[in-house]
Amino acid sequence: MTIAVRTRPSLRFRGKSFLALVLAPEVPLRDWLEDLDEVAKRSPGFFSGRPIIADVSALKPSKSELKFFLAALKMRDIRIIGLEGAAAAVLDADMPATVNGGRQAGDIDFPDLDAVALPATPAPPPAPVTALLVEGSVRSGQSIIHTEGDVTILGSVASGAEIVAGGSIHIYGALRGRAIAGCTGQSSARIFCRKFEAELIAIDGLYKTADDLGPKFHGQPIQVNLDGDSIILTTLD
Amino acid sequence: MAKVLVVTSGKGGVGKTTSTAALGGALAQSGEKVVVIDFDVGLRNLDLVMGAERRVVFDLINVVQGDAKLNQALIRDKRIENLSLLPASQTRDKDALTEEGVARVLADLKQKFDWIICDSPAGIERGATLAMRHADVAVVVTNPEVSSVRDSDRIIGLLDSKTEKAENGERVEKHLLLTRYDPVRAERGEMLKVDDVLEILSIPLLGIIPESEEVLRASNVGSPVTLNNPGSAPGRAYFDAARRLKGESVEMTIPSDKKGLLGKLFGRRAA
Repeated sequence: MTIAVRTRPSLRFRGKSFLALVLAPEVPLRDWLEDLDEVAKRSPGFFSGRPIIADVSALKPSKSELKFFLAALKMRDIRIIGLEGAAAAVLDADMPATVNGGRQAGDIDFPDLDAVALPATPAPPPAPVTALLVEGSVRSGQSIIHTEGDVTILGSVASGAEIVAGGSIHIYGALRGRAIAGCTGQSSARIFCRKFEAELIAIDGLYKTADDLGPKFHGQPIQVNLDGDSIILTTLD
Repeated sequence: MAKVLVVTSGKGGVGKTTSTAALGGALAQSGEKVVVIDFDVGLRNLDLVMGAERRVVFDLINVVQGDAKLNQALIRDKRIENLSLLPASQTRDKDALTEEGVARVLADLKQKFDWIICDSPAGIERGATLAMRHADVAVVVTNPEVSSVRDSDRIIGLLDSKTEKAENGERVEKHLLLTRYDPVRAERGEMLKVDDVLEILSIPLLGIIPESEEVLRASNVGSPVTLNNPGSAPGRAYFDAARRLKGESVEMTIPSDKKGLLGKLFGRRAA
């Protein structure tokens, strides 16, 4: 049995991954800034126009130290789009946003003396499609984020837990939390679960809350797929 | 081999402190050497429930910071000699607890006691994470009610990831203690049933403590319910839970205070 759930113009949230250059300052900061100046002198324009993330986990800065560090980078025309490893307490609203969960992409070589302003870094080759298997249940407050492919959960997903997958999501227990499939723009992704009590489901940025879905499918084994801009729920039995 | 047990829940007001005192009292009466520790620094209550509030001199923070010796801070129960209390400080806050300090105190206590029962504060912040950090066994106290169940689920997730055992690739033994249970209301659908809670949390059941006025009565006279009225329904339920903690297999029942026919007839004393 298939019904199309009422659609309405909805917000879409999409994930995209980009390669960013990460600067990881070391203590003492003064020496590190001198080294930075040396690099900038050798290859002028290296930092211009690049998205740069500052990993301050080695620095463990206080609020004033962090402000000084950001000002020092600004003076050198280095634009920071995100901060990694900064304690929440030292952050201000006007500082760059915090980022975490980055994947290593290897060191980036500095250009030679004669090279001027590299073109923007090419995107990394698409990661091989891999599935993530979670043995057991996902508890409230836990978040499984796997943008590379499918996620399979052998247990249940509790209320207040969240699964985010680039591909499809398979849940062999009950889905009581959120399942967000196809987050990298894969509209063919699906969600399967043996007992549907979800708080929110989303595929390719299109989402429905439990309230939108009503009680019709509550407790049933279902699959969710996308048909154009409609989220379709189907019972599996 | 001493066992460190944390009584935790995430949500406040579900019966952590009551259960800590009652399980401590039950284990001590079975001959085990027991210490109960209050980790709720700044909002201590365990001293009141244990009836030791007028005997507190030094506390956990003093010992953690090295200002007092462990023996100076331990308060021995007046009713059972193998039951002791390590109170929390009421004037400090949870930031005064350090991980090394807590580890040192627990290591010292392991030399003296069979069971170290840590009464966790509500929440998932520093006090709660330090209380569970070194646990071998966790008792997750849950009321048959959706918000309590979800918070317990969150805590179980933390027990599986943020404890010393979890970080060493081992597992903390987890048990569910369902408190304030009323079978009649559960049957009427006014509260979650035992099976509903077990299905969501999927950890073994340690015991079901029935809703009873005996619990509040015991708290108000400063005595664990297992000492104040061991024969009451919650008292018997806590004794069963304590035996299960020791590894005995005890049939799961929900004790009740319902009086028999004679009890009903003669339950009220002649005026």
